[in-house]
Amino acid sequence: MLKINKDECTGCGLCVKVCPFDAMHLVGEKAQDDEKCTLCGACVKVCPVDAITIERKRVDPSKFKDFKGVWVWAEQIDGQLRNVGLELLGKGRELADKLGEPLCAVLLGHNVDEMPNILAQNGADIVYVSDQEILAHYTTDAYTDVISALILTEKPNIVLFGATSNGRDLGPRIAARLQLGLTADCTGLDIDDKRQLIQTRPAFGGNIMASILSPYTRPQMATVRPNVFKPPTDAAKKADIREVDIKVNKAAVRTKIVDTIIEMEEGALKVDEAEMVVTCGRGIKTPENIEVVGELATELNAALGGSRPIVDQGWMKHHQQVGQSGRTIAPQLYIACGVSGAIQHLVGMRTSDVIIAINNDPDAPIFTVADFSIVGDLFKVVPAIVKELRRVKAQK
Amino acid sequence: MKIIVPIKQVPEIAEVKIDPETKTLVRAGIPSILNPFDEFAVEEAVRIKEKFGEGEVIIITMGPPQAEDALKKCLAMGGDRAIHLSDRAFAGADTWATAYTIAQAIKTEEPYDLIICGKQAIDGDTAQVGPEIAEILGIPQITYALEVEVAENKKRIKVRRETDEGFEVVDCRLPALLTATKGLNEPRLPSLMAIMKAGKKEIKLVTAETLGGDPEQFGLPGSPTQVVEVFTPEQRSAGIKIDGTEDPEGAAKQLVEWLLKKGVI
Ligand SMILES: Cc1cc2nc3c(=O)[nH]c(=O)nc-3n(C[C@H](O)[C@H](O)[C@H](O)COP(=O)(O)OP(=O)(O)OC[C@H]3O[C@@H](n4cnc5c(N)ncnc54)[C@H](O)[C@@H]3O)c2cc1C
Ligand SMILES: Cc1cc2nc3c(=O)[nH]c(=O)nc-3n(C[C@H](O)[C@H](O)[C@H](O)COP(=O)(O)OP(=O)(O)OC[C@H]3O[C@@H](n4cnc5c(N)ncnc54)[C@H](O)[C@@H]3O)c2cc1C
Repeated sequence: MLKINKDECTGCGLCVKVCPFDAMHLVGEKAQDDEKCTLCGACVKVCPVDAITIERKRVDPSKFKDFKGVWVWAEQIDGQLRNVGLELLGKGRELADKLGEPLCAVLLGHNVDEMPNILAQNGADIVYVSDQEILAHYTTDAYTDVISALILTEKPNIVLFGATSNGRDLGPRIAARLQLGLTADCTGLDIDDKRQLIQTRPAFGGNIMASILSPYTRPQMATVRPNVFKPPTDAAKKADIREVDIKVNKAAVRTKIVDTIIEMEEGALKVDEAEMVVTCGRGIKTPENIEVVGELATELNAALGGSRPIVDQGWMKHHQQVGQSGRTIAPQLYIACGVSGAIQHLVGMRTSDVIIAINNDPDAPIFTVADFSIVGDLFKVVPAIVKELRRVKAQK
Repeated sequence: MKIIVPIKQVPEIAEVKIDPETKTLVRAGIPSILNPFDEFAVEEAVRIKEKFGEGEVIIITMGPPQAEDALKKCLAMGGDRAIHLSDRAFAGADTWATAYTIAQAIKTEEPYDLIICGKQAIDGDTAQVGPEIAEILGIPQITYALEVEVAENKKRIKVRRETDEGFEVVDCRLPALLTATKGLNEPRLPSLMAIMKAGKKEIKLVTAETLGGDPEQFGLPGSPTQVVEVFTPEQRSAGIKIDGTEDPEGAAKQLVEWLLKKGVI
């Protein structure tokens, strides 16, 4: 129920402007909603005198069957789809098949060109596309408005977001608007015998795992850690591509991006997306020496990262930091060179498939989690590994 | 400027151990600390106040009675007063119920200019409470703040925030909510004098009854997510360990062979 306090309303008309559904009007200089209202909340947010409120009733479980479809937010950045969206289509396919429901991708952006087709090729049955200039670059407000409204009109059963910086900015905003549960940074998803989504996630710095349900609300929503699931193979489909008719007004976006600084070097691999990651710690001693480890990363086509002191000293960029206050990652192969293995570092990498550690201290804690440990001087061992890799490659 | 800082007391994760027999978290003897990201939030709030030479920094926590220790630390760092939401009715809250409850307390402090949360609590690890508070209060948010500049007229804020690719500078009108990340500042160590002074600062205890809002949204009953099972992940154990001090080439050979055999490369 939308409630408008007419005594408070000043008739400024901001709600009329921002309503994505043209459901707000000024009647006798006071705001008035009509039956087109979806309770998306765009007006509540902008009202300068807080005259509009929404009372949401939790969904009655007997109505759960009205909610259908597994949705994946397909995040794009500068015209590039993020890999995690495709990974979620891979997992989403499995969930959708178990439920016998469609798999849908939700794409917001501007000049999205080929992106809807790529999503179709990765198994989406339906691709919802909202292509507007205002959506070219991610903003909390615009993206929350469009996706919340779309959820309210289309009623999906499950909505998944990649747990990227933007995904973790957006997910909770939508969850709070729709009064829904949101499970954070999941590493496991499945359907139980009651057709509920079981969401599994690490907490307490990876010391425990929790399985979480959202038994009382629909859709069930989760953010999902990148690099956990695999993009589908051989999933090409002819998708039903649907233009979404929800317009965002400039007045609804309260933040303004003044400047964007891309630190990622062109073509550089991200530690939280790459299949292999090589990191160095303080054992590297000087910034010039990073090249020693960098060469190993290049040879393996791995992302290069570092422990916190390396980043704190400005020797690497912040997005390269692995650990509690950096990125939490789980690549197929993790090689730590001159990293002691403090607990704050371990929580960020210890769920990697295979861990290799090189350290000259035989008692370094990193060795307690490593599958293959080499005690030795990294300045001798690492170049030797590079040489050996090259030799093996040349033989092939 | 009236600045509100929601903070959480958390267990020192570095000290957390798993009982090898029962495979459960051993909580006994683990010290409780102020969530490290919240230290950045408190520090930033106090710096803004100091810069303008006026204003008030209000610390809020929802938590058990012992969370008062964390509040006291924030007051010693320069917070002016604190609100402690403590009631068994708040227990078991998920992020929605947590954010709802804290937002009710913040509403009693209207009008305010700025809310600064930590990026994430190191125990729950969700990073959801900040954005959810902002949505419930209907104010804009800027997450992962690294540099904050409040305009001279105190009506706008400019924030450098971390993104997956680098940074972004975002400008918005106040009131707004920020989440603080590592790099925003160096939190101060309170002096003995400051700690003593903090003892005299007000900590208001608020219960479910005195808070207001819809009590059905509090605690476990108000939470849309339910933790149904908690288990310890497979503990990693150390694997092969070889000495490469004398013969680094030999060690490198062994490693590459092992990697090839495992099919990793
Ligand atoms: C709240 C909080 C959050 C934190 N977050 C993070 C985080 O996100 N990520 C993180 O990494 N840390 C984090 N830390 C810091 C963490 O506690 C450690 O201080 C840090 O991880 C140590 O980094 P390091 O291993 O590079 O350095 P050190 O501990 O100094 O280790 C250097 C290692 O290099 C080895 N070495 C030296 N020379 C050589 C050589 N020639 N060959 C081979 N080995 C050599 C040494 O034996 C030693 O083991 C955090 C700390 C706190 C309190
Ligand atoms: C194992 C486990 C897993 C969980 N998983 C989920 C989940 O996936 N989804 C979910 O909704 N809930 C989950 N919860 C519940 C969640 O931990 C609690 O709701 C907790 O109170 C807030 O979440 P957080 O610790 O992740 O805080 P975050 O959202 O990470 O905290 C961010 C910031 O919000 C502020 N803040 C957080 N808590 C408080 C507080 N109590 N008082 C004042 N300020 C605060 C601080 O500024 C903090 O830095 C889980 C709980 C457990 C035990």
